Amino acid sequence: MSETPAFKTLPGSAASRVEIFFDGRPLQVPAGQSVAAALLVGGVQIFRETPVSAAPRGPYCMMGVCFECLLEIDGLQNRQACLTTVREGMKIRTQMGARMLAAGGASDAG
Amino acid sequence: MADAGLSSDCIVVGGGLVGASIAYGLARSGASVIVLDEDDKALRATRGNFGLIWVQNKGISMPRYSAWSRDAARLWPGFASQLLSETGVDVNLQQPGGFCLCLSEAELLERERSLQAIQKAVQGDYPFEMLDQQALRQRLPAIGPEVVGASFTPMDGHVNPLKLYLALLQACRQMGVRICHAAHAGKIETSDDKGFRLSCGPVSYRAGKIVLAAGLGNRALAEQVGLYAPVVPTRGQVLVTERLRKFLDYPTNKLRQTDEGAAHIGDSVEDVGFDDRTTTDVLQFMARRAVKSFPLLRDVNLVRAWGALRVMTPDGFPLYEESILHPGAYVVTCHSGVTLAAAHALRVAPWIAGGPVPAEISEFTAARFSRGLVRPMYVN
Amino acid sequence: MLAEPIDLAIVGAGPAGMAAALTARSAGLSVIVLDEQAAPGGQIYRSVTSATTGRCDVLGPDYAEGRELARDFEASGARHEHGAAVWQVTPEGRIHYLQAGQSRMIEPGKVILCTGAMERPFPIPGWTLPGVLTAGAAQILLKTGDVVPADPVVLAGCGPLLYLLAWQYLRAGVPIKAFIETTSAADYLRALAKLPAAMIHWRLLAKGIGLKAALHSSGVPIFSGARELRIEGGKSAEAIEFRTGNRQHRVEARVFLLHQGVVPNTQITWSLRASHVWDPVQLCWTPRASVGGELIGLPGIFIAGDGAGIIGAEASRLSGRVAALAALRALRGSHSDAQFENEAAALLRDLRRATAARPFLDALYRPRAEFRIPADEVIVCRCEEVTAGEIRKHVRSGCLGPNQLKSFTRCGMGPCQGRQCGLTATEIIAAERGVAASEAGYQRVRPPIKPISLGELGGL
Repeated sequence: MSETPAFKTLPGSAASRVEIFFDGRPLQVPAGQSVAAALLVGGVQIFRETPVSAAPRGPYCMMGVCFECLLEIDGLQNRQACLTTVREGMKIRTQMGARMLAAGGASDAG
Repeated sequence: MADAGLSSDCIVVGGGLVGASIAYGLARSGASVIVLDEDDKALRATRGNFGLIWVQNKGISMPRYSAWSRDAARLWPGFASQLLSETGVDVNLQQPGGFCLCLSEAELLERERSLQAIQKAVQGDYPFEMLDQQALRQRLPAIGPEVVGASFTPMDGHVNPLKLYLALLQACRQMGVRICHAAHAGKIETSDDKGFRLSCGPVSYRAGKIVLAAGLGNRALAEQVGLYAPVVPTRGQVLVTERLRKFLDYPTNKLRQTDEGAAHIGDSVEDVGFDDRTTTDVLQFMARRAVKSFPLLRDVNLVRAWGALRVMTPDGFPLYEESILHPGAYVVTCHSGVTLAAAHALRVAPWIAGGPVPAEISEFTAARFSRGLVRPMYVN
Repeated sequence: MLAEPIDLAIVGAGPAGMAAALTARSAGLSVIVLDEQAAPGGQIYRSVTSATTGRCDVLGPDYAEGRELARDFEASGARHEHGAAVWQVTPEGRIHYLQAGQSRMIEPGKVILCTGAMERPFPIPGWTLPGVLTAGAAQILLKTGDVVPADPVVLAGCGPLLYLLAWQYLRAGVPIKAFIETTSAADYLRALAKLPAAMIHWRLLAKGIGLKAALHSSGVPIFSGARELRIEGGKSAEAIEFRTGNRQHRVEARVFLLHQGVVPNTQITWSLRASHVWDPVQLCWTPRASVGGELIGLPGIFIAGDGAGIIGAEASRLSGRVAALAALRALRGSHSDAQFENEAAALLRDLRRATAARPFLDALYRPRAEFRIPADEVIVCRCEEVTAGEIRKHVRSGCLGPNQLKSFTRCGMGPCQGRQCGLTATEIIAAERGVAASEAGYQRVRPPIKPISLGELGGL
């Protein structure tokens, strides 16, 4: 990330921190929050590329009705990050387009 | 939208897949055509199809239908490229062959018997093979351990049904077919100078020929022109998943992956009248079967489910009939509007336009129905 | 399935749901409340049970009021199932929900839907870029974790919530780069006629004036009567361009918060095939219900709060109490509307009073047509990336309604199931056809109305 995060936590916020991983990179984020909020504070703007045109998308509604904040969380793809709470050690990855299925699939991998 | 007193060579009642296929074929034969379509709330079996171009196991009790389906599938490649060159719309035709997965030995055995019987009845031009689990896994690596085997035929395939529909409508418009929306067909009268007059509320349409392609609406309309079309609704429920990277190269009869990537899972056949709602027990059953067939789908999210009413004759086979009482009035109804689209456009429509009756369809008249109860023969 | 019978199931633990639960519990009913969030409060009182004094100070007194309600709710004895996403309600009143990866089903005596509201979509060029969020989203970030934009932020649109957010940011010391309001003098003029009737609720109006005054004396650049909003950016949002009068403006920022009111969250009621009417004032669909909130044609299923039509938090509480009383009476076998109106007269009167300012607010903050029926280039269906132009093209080719539109363009076929595009699609179709929105209709909504996996559905 070349830029600083676009969001921050207000000073005086009492939350403890947890360590999560985003695309392999470790991030220290406030505990008890949604993954979406935590990543925004951690400097992540782009959460996914759309399956239709690979357009970059990030959170929009923060309440589970827009389905923009879809991420791969601990191996499960297309999870709504605004409805999932961060946990220590969580592994999160950008959702690159359509869901990829486990091995055993056919022909082209992409 | 007020087309008062329009007249043409042909009126096609019903602007769904069947009506559009027929209208397309009629227009290509040089006829002027008016299509009458209902509004946004109409039942529309067109939106309820599964997108399969399916041959195997059809026509178990009627070899003529097995052959008709087989030949219809063979017309598809030419039909698709014709639509592409005429409209620029690629309907994503794929005919790599298709599988019917079997989840028990009994199912597998029954399937083999059935296909052998059909093959015999159509004098052998009906390629298929039976695969046990090991052989199947070579072709479909993603199948689950509970899949005992499958039948495969190179004749099967699938297409994008919405693109097909769009392409047909566009081709029709390009050829000057007039499509009238929110037109609810009412009274059909025969006029003295041969021909028909159809009233849609205050508006009336005239034509020398009239084709009833109105799906479930055909029952009432047919009576007016001396035809018998005892169609009833059957409900099909389908589950649709989120988009997925390509995992399946072949269609199966109950699950296929669309060109956009979603998996479509079906496909129930229920006798519930005009109720097109989805039911949890059926959806659950279909979900379980899908996961058993392809375990890698377990964590995939469902994005929507729908129920649609399809059109069923007493034996499930089509009606292609010209009225004896009122020559020039035709009824066209079927259960497989996608599979038969090419045949409707390239074989049925030219007949209606004035050509000779194709030998293959002479059996598809209502004379074959006894007036008593006939057990419907469903295709699975 | 639950062993003991449930008298009443409530979907949603916002003000309406919590108030309904309290009323039902005090009448001795067994109550289960299903809510998607981890803690009660809905969206307006989000995270209120864990809110620090500092946070309540920033968010304001209205938010803090939710704390008492939430505490009473937690002590009420209602069974609160949190993290429960309702994916289907059947006309017979059966509720299917997903919780911790398991799909469960309950068959309560009666159901009250308190699903509340969601932000009205704000389709402008660039609204899908990362960095563009709703004002509601910004409030959720504030409420759930004291999260705010790190750089000076842009707020744009109209409506009380936008002013509230600005006020909250000022109190929190968050710099606002620009406040771009689409409200203009003409809106005030239109609303003036409704002001006398709104005066009963003068406290609410006074609050609003206070918020605005604070904003105006804060030094934040305010642009009024803004038109032709568009957000520019490459991989994320970088600037907003707009016009006021004859002047073109461009403001650079990284975060843009849009808002033009809220609309009822009608996924469940549409999926039930409840009858809806198009409200030409609130410019949204509302389900038809009796005075007590019972859905017309769906006996045993009630609706309360913003989900039935936007009324605000205070009125939602009253609405929840009304529905609980109506459900209670239905459980006891009495079904007379007239009798109910008699018994609940005081409550209904309070409810009317609490919504007295609504017509005024709806008139003042009526979202502009250009932001509801956007230009051709604008993405309408975010999930499937369908533009307004594509929709219009199909309407011109004879596509009469949103269901045909779905077939032809895939608009509404994505995971959000039309939540972000449904209203826009209805209005574009209506405008293009030259008919009322009520005639254009709304797309069919089917369960599952929340994501559920094949394995979860199959119970595997």
